[in-house]
Amino acid sequence: MNFALRVHRLRKTFKDVVAVDCLDLEVRPGECFGLLGPNGAGKTTTIEICEGITSSDSGDVEVLGMRWSEHADLLRQRLGIQLQETQLAEKLTVYETVRLFRSFFRQGPETAEVIALVQLEEKEKSRVGNLSGGQKQRLALACALVGDPELLFLDEPTTGLDPQARRQLWELIDRFKLDGRTILLTTHYMDEAERLCERVAIMDHGKTIALGTPRELIKSIGVEHMLEFSGGGSARALDTSVLCRLEGVRDVQAENGSVRMQVTELHRAVPALLNELGRQGIPLTELRTRSATLEDVFVTLTGRHLRDE
Amino acid sequence: MSEAAVASVVRHKRANDHPLVQLVLVRFREFLREPEALFWVFVFPILLAAGLGIAFRNRPAEVLKIGAVTPQLADSLRREKLLDVQQFTAREAEEALRTGKVALLALPASSGGVTYRYDDTNPDGRAARLLADAAIQRGAGRMDPVAATDRLMREPGSRYIDFLIPGLLGMNLMGSAIWGMGFAIVDARRKKLMKRLIATPMPRHYYLLSFLLSRLLLLVIEVAVVLGFGVWVFGVPARGSLLDLALLCVLGSMAFSALGLLIASRAQTIEAASGLMNVTMMPMWIVSGVFFSSQRFPDMVQPLIKALPLTAAIDALRMNMLQGGSLAQVAPQMGVLGAWLVLCFMLALKLFRWR
Repeated sequence: MNFALRVHRLRKTFKDVVAVDCLDLEVRPGECFGLLGPNGAGKTTTIEICEGITSSDSGDVEVLGMRWSEHADLLRQRLGIQLQETQLAEKLTVYETVRLFRSFFRQGPETAEVIALVQLEEKEKSRVGNLSGGQKQRLALACALVGDPELLFLDEPTTGLDPQARRQLWELIDRFKLDGRTILLTTHYMDEAERLCERVAIMDHGKTIALGTPRELIKSIGVEHMLEFSGGGSARALDTSVLCRLEGVRDVQAENGSVRMQVTELHRAVPALLNELGRQGIPLTELRTRSATLEDVFVTLTGRHLRDE
Repeated sequence: MSEAAVASVVRHKRANDHPLVQLVLVRFREFLREPEALFWVFVFPILLAAGLGIAFRNRPAEVLKIGAVTPQLADSLRREKLLDVQQFTAREAEEALRTGKVALLALPASSGGVTYRYDDTNPDGRAARLLADAAIQRGAGRMDPVAATDRLMREPGSRYIDFLIPGLLGMNLMGSAIWGMGFAIVDARRKKLMKRLIATPMPRHYYLLSFLLSRLLLLVIEVAVVLGFGVWVFGVPARGSLLDLALLCVLGSMAFSALGLLIASRAQTIEAASGLMNVTMMPMWIVSGVFFSSQRFPDMVQPLIKALPLTAAIDALRMNMLQGGSLAQVAPQMGVLGAWLVLCFMLALKLFRWR
């Protein structure tokens, strides 16, 4: 099978910190692949090695069937890159910025077309310094798209944006997926990975700890639902060990007054829980059920939250 | 042609933007949209030249202010036209001398003589002493044994402003090259813009070249402004070949740009870079002869001073403008500039950090 990107036994250390530890990745043509993990998991180092701007200590990286050591110039023409926290020149206008980046590529859409693609036509003459966070991020995306890339690298494209700006960016990325481009994106938002990615690799401490479609990963922890409730002040008296033995319940965690239960069968667990609470005489102040998410996968695998530390 | 075909032709045509042209345009736009930079590069040297030119302008003839404490002394001193004599009481006189209001005091001494009080390390004091004494001796009836007449010449080229303009030009070449390179490069590195650029197919040498090219283009304006001002307002001579002068400016600017590139090659923050720039430039502002001749420093350090790029640039500019020297006459200075250019550039390329 052909891969848009293949990473084999990749390793990178910074002084005595192992950033990437024997990592394997395979990204198929046309898919949107997500690297999900907490800050410091090695996502950015990995993506920057794939982008050819950081060197690896050992291992093999093959991008679009080529290697950086042999085809750097050719590869640069065919990749679209958006880096984390790049600040584009503030004194230039949107149009001037995109035109500059466009001039580096042999082929690709016209400057105005790219600006239209990221919906910044109205801001074309505005200085970069006057753009909002979301607009800046869309401009960065435009700079990644000027060469009509086959493979697009997006490093935390929505970090620091408000919910509306995030949704707008997601819609844009959706559209590029329809064009058949391959996308590798990193994120520490599990909802973003679930929403955008066909397949996800969960990274922690420089290693992949899980790989698959979001559905598969969620299934792999054997839990489909999460049930959360709180019982006001009297919840402290709650005997959680009984809850564990309820029908359809896998695991129970109590955290300052609220209780989280991993549940396999919601229709059995909820009546059982209500029964039990009634028996113990504990009032219910809040009850929520939701489907399990990638966040739960991460918590199950590592015992930590994605945005801890 | 179909609409699609037209569109594709248009697209093809527009797609031919040359990256180097775009990069140079960016440099220009960033510079022109920075009002402070415009001020320091264009307005400040003119203000400085104008201010100093006025302060040190040649007056019809230097009139020295002196004080006398008796009317008799004051009268005989007033016969000397080059002295401006004021009469004081003894107490006022002390005060005037101490605060530098007058360069010399004439006091009556016992037995009808005169005492001069002045600071012999002050050239004005010594000149006043000669003039005052001659006036008093002549007033008392001294006849000069040798008849002397004065023929005055006042020629452009020997005034302070003539000395100053080439100095300011050199200082400007250095400042704009080092600031222009240094801040822009370190800023781009700090904002990770440089890292973003090297992730594109942009040839890296185009990036550095764009700085040099925009520098050369701005140089034309900068030199024209300072030189034009000096020649037009103060009549500063430009005796050498203008082509030679242009070549010297280009060589100087390139040498300073290389130095700026070296300074900016690794710095990660604006603070670090501006510290380095000040450490580099400050000594040269002082010793390289911008405002006063570098010959005033001890002989022992002269070889060191002469090896500095700003000294070489200013010496060469003065030789060209004031003495009409040819390029052959400034070959040593050009050698110094060339050496700085090559060494700094090679070192900078070796050290340069792209991220």
